[in-house]
Amino acid sequence: MLAVTIQKKLPYFQLDVDFTVQKEIVVLFGPSGAGKTTILNSVAGLIQPDSGTIRLNDTIFFETGQKPLPTRKRKLGYLFQDYALFPHMTVEKNILYGVKKEREAVSSAFVVQLLTVLGIRHLLPKYPHQISGGEKQRVALARALAGKPELLLLDEPLSALDAKTRQQCQDELLELHRLWQIPVLLVTHDEKEAEKLGNRILTINQGKIVDK
Amino acid sequence: MKVAGIATLIVFVAGVGTAFWLGRRSFPGKSVIESLFLLPLVLPPTVVGFGLLVLFGKNGWIGRLLAEWFDVQVVFTWIGAVIASVVVSFPLMYQAAAAAFQTLDEKLEQAARTMGASEWRVFWTISFPLAWPGILAGLVLSFARALGEFGATLMIAGYIPGKTDTLPIAIYFAAEAGQMEKATIWAVIIVALGFSAMMWLNWWGRKNMRRFSRRDE
Repeated sequence: MLAVTIQKKLPYFQLDVDFTVQKEIVVLFGPSGAGKTTILNSVAGLIQPDSGTIRLNDTIFFETGQKPLPTRKRKLGYLFQDYALFPHMTVEKNILYGVKKEREAVSSAFVVQLLTVLGIRHLLPKYPHQISGGEKQRVALARALAGKPELLLLDEPLSALDAKTRQQCQDELLELHRLWQIPVLLVTHDEKEAEKLGNRILTINQGKIVDK
Repeated sequence: MKVAGIATLIVFVAGVGTAFWLGRRSFPGKSVIESLFLLPLVLPPTVVGFGLLVLFGKNGWIGRLLAEWFDVQVVFTWIGAVIASVVVSFPLMYQAAAAAFQTLDEKLEQAARTMGASEWRVFWTISFPLAWPGILAGLVLSFARALGEFGATLMIAGYIPGKTDTLPIAIYFAAEAGQMEKATIWAVIIVALGFSAMMWLNWWGRKNMRRFSRRDE
């Protein structure tokens, strides 16, 4: 379970949220600039809140007055809005970047399964600039999951895709979540997407949860 | 050549290191430090050479320390020539590396961190390879600058044939002594080296531009 209680002063408003995520998909829904990505980045440890607590099961990510747990020790998968694929590495290298060497043999079956579900095995030797937007999105999702994270963060994962590809990816996402039950925090400003993917929807506005 | 090679190596490590380190931080006095780094670029080489002479000379404080602790004398040796080359070519390397790191997408480094990469791994697998074209440009320029260094080198290392005679200084004294043939040969060598460095840099730059902007869809 992920438990988040954080406050942070932002340029135009105060971010102040309090929520938990079980092994489910929780959607952070709201207009642009409402503080959704800030929440995600705080959970990932890319920025630090001013005060509060972030906890995943028994691991404390952040606690007021204590040194925050570095991002690399948080065992999470983060799918960035623009995918952030490494342009100088092949799809294969991108996906295996977070897979530890000694575990490679064990997890390769896992990786193969991942590639199969997402249908991207044929892309492995290609570079990110050689594949389409939908393929990039799948590769980024595979990369976020390949390290077997205990928590998945998705920032507007499907916003750059056309309607048909988007639908496909939504289905794949739900399928993957059925296979690996972990807490998922998803940011979107698309209402339909929020309703389709989320077990629960938290509507965020001006840094506060206005509707659960 | 040896002098320029060693100097470039030192400048490479120091320039990339400081550029990366400083690029991520902001603190009061940062612009002062950066200006100080770039100073040798705008100062007359003789001023740089004079400064080095004062610092590294027998009575300069660095010179005295080196003499006392390591029994090393810098002035009028090839080490002096290396130091002069390092100081004048460092700004080029620093600027190129700083610019290269600045254009880097921070998201990529963050993505690497979310996948459990240490800062060390992030640097060697993400930041450095992506900044490499820019760093390489700085490296070639630094090497060319180190190779051509004249003023500061003459001030600190002097001209001792067989010991501190770097190419540009040898050319100067050959011409001075009326040995025009000798001077011509060396001058041609320097022009050829400089020209091929620039040609290669241009070619490499264009190749890299293609690599990152190509779309094979």
